[in-house]
Amino acid sequence: MSLLAVRDLHVYLGESHVLQGIEFDVAEGGVTALLGRNGVGKTTTLRALMGLVDRRGSIALEGRELTGTPTHRIVRRGVGYVPEDRDVFAGLTVQENLRLAERDADPRYDLVYDLFPELKQRARQLAGTLSGGQQQMVAIARALLNENRVLLVDEPTKGLAPLLVTQVADVLARVSELTTVLLVEQNLGVVQRVARDAVVLDTGRVVHIGPAQELLADRAMVHRMLGVGHAA
Amino acid sequence: MTTFVLLTITGVGLGALYFLIASGLSLIYGLMGVLNFAHGAFLTVGAFGMWFVESKLGGLSVLPRFLVASLAGLVVGGVFAALVELFLIRPLYRRHIEQVLVTVGLGLATVALVTAVWGNDARPVAYPGWLSRASTVAGAHVPNVSYLLIVVALLVLASLTLFLKYTRYGLIIRAGVENRAMVTALGIDVRKAFTLVFAIGGTAAALAGVLGNVYFTTADPNRGTSLLIFAFIVVVIGGLGSLRGTAVASVVVGLVQQFANYYASSGLGDLSVVLLLGLVLLARPRGLSGSFA
Repeated sequence: MSLLAVRDLHVYLGESHVLQGIEFDVAEGGVTALLGRNGVGKTTTLRALMGLVDRRGSIALEGRELTGTPTHRIVRRGVGYVPEDRDVFAGLTVQENLRLAERDADPRYDLVYDLFPELKQRARQLAGTLSGGQQQMVAIARALLNENRVLLVDEPTKGLAPLLVTQVADVLARVSELTTVLLVEQNLGVVQRVARDAVVLDTGRVVHIGPAQELLADRAMVHRMLGVGHAA
Repeated sequence: MTTFVLLTITGVGLGALYFLIASGLSLIYGLMGVLNFAHGAFLTVGAFGMWFVESKLGGLSVLPRFLVASLAGLVVGGVFAALVELFLIRPLYRRHIEQVLVTVGLGLATVALVTAVWGNDARPVAYPGWLSRASTVAGAHVPNVSYLLIVVALLVLASLTLFLKYTRYGLIIRAGVENRAMVTALGIDVRKAFTLVFAIGGTAAALAGVLGNVYFTTADPNRGTSLLIFAFIVVVIGGLGSLRGTAVASVVVGLVQQFANYYASSGLGDLSVVLLLGLVLLARPRGLSGSFA
């Protein structure tokens, strides 16, 4: 049984039928990459899994249905979320951003500060004054404070300098040893480094499911499905 | 000079009354995006709750009667506001037009109900004699009720500030004002914070109702509606969702109104406030909070 099973998932945003019955599974452990060109519905898929947009269909976590469950209960059932564009609370300090995310009786500050020692030094700094990379650290740290069954991570390297991209990839690799990750990522170098499986979307439909390395090794397929040339 | 001192202190006192109404209004909009046109009803319910309880406690001397009745007014206002959120606002999240219609309707219905039960006339309220006297400051005889309003508003401001800064619910509310969806995505049931904010806002408005009874010496069913207009102006000038902005704007509006009424012409105070609103919106479309929040 897969950890997360998505069946016949539909999302409408206004007049637009963004997800058109997508189906895929996320196996326990490691990273599953959700890939596709811009605007094919990757972020919407994660938002639908989180219950942040109205959706129809079935989403089951360890066999238990999530559709119809409000977002905060989905999170409490062990679904962590790192949104696109970080969404840190700019008017709150780093420490307050982390405190807000505490769910477990014993939040994993040791892990968070081990991964991001800079956050400890900047605990009293307003999150809105941090650089993009530092804000990404806060966003990931918030999700890592608690034990999750699966972590949904949306474009964590977007807009980051190359050095920070490497750092984030390191963190994702380490996180994937602790929990299952469903990763939306445009940087195929990062995908190649961390992902075990890949699911490819195109115009709201799943067009490919398979091992990530196999997909990335096939340049023609990468070009056809993702519209990019990938330097492996 | 004495006139200036008198106008300044009474203007700040009036601003304090506006702050008590506007603080809840601002937090409710900031967190929930609800333009609560029923906020004046919370004031009316608090004011008449206080008057009603006081009228039933004839055997007590004035001070304990006033204190018990005031407390009853606050509780009634707070509970009423929480019930409004639970049963009228909660089913209408994200349906802003319906929210406006419901809150406007509730505001009108509350006044109509109070008028139907107790009549349209303002009801005299008993309060300690000290509050009807004046104290001399720099030669100016300032009504003691102005001091009470200022002290109470400062206590409310300090309490709300400490609550927002140091409690978990305060943290949730501050975060929710910025990004409600992300608060939910951290596993927090933000609806509890919504009810709490309504209860806090309702209690503060009820406090304004109770103190309004002293300031105007009567409980008036239409007072909530008339003060709500100024509270909205204060909230827009201060910046929606900003407590500090609301506090500053309350004082500015109170002072402008008081000085314009005295130095220009009685009645021009209201017009001056509207002009001030226009000027602030032209200069800072998002209100003062850009500089004060």
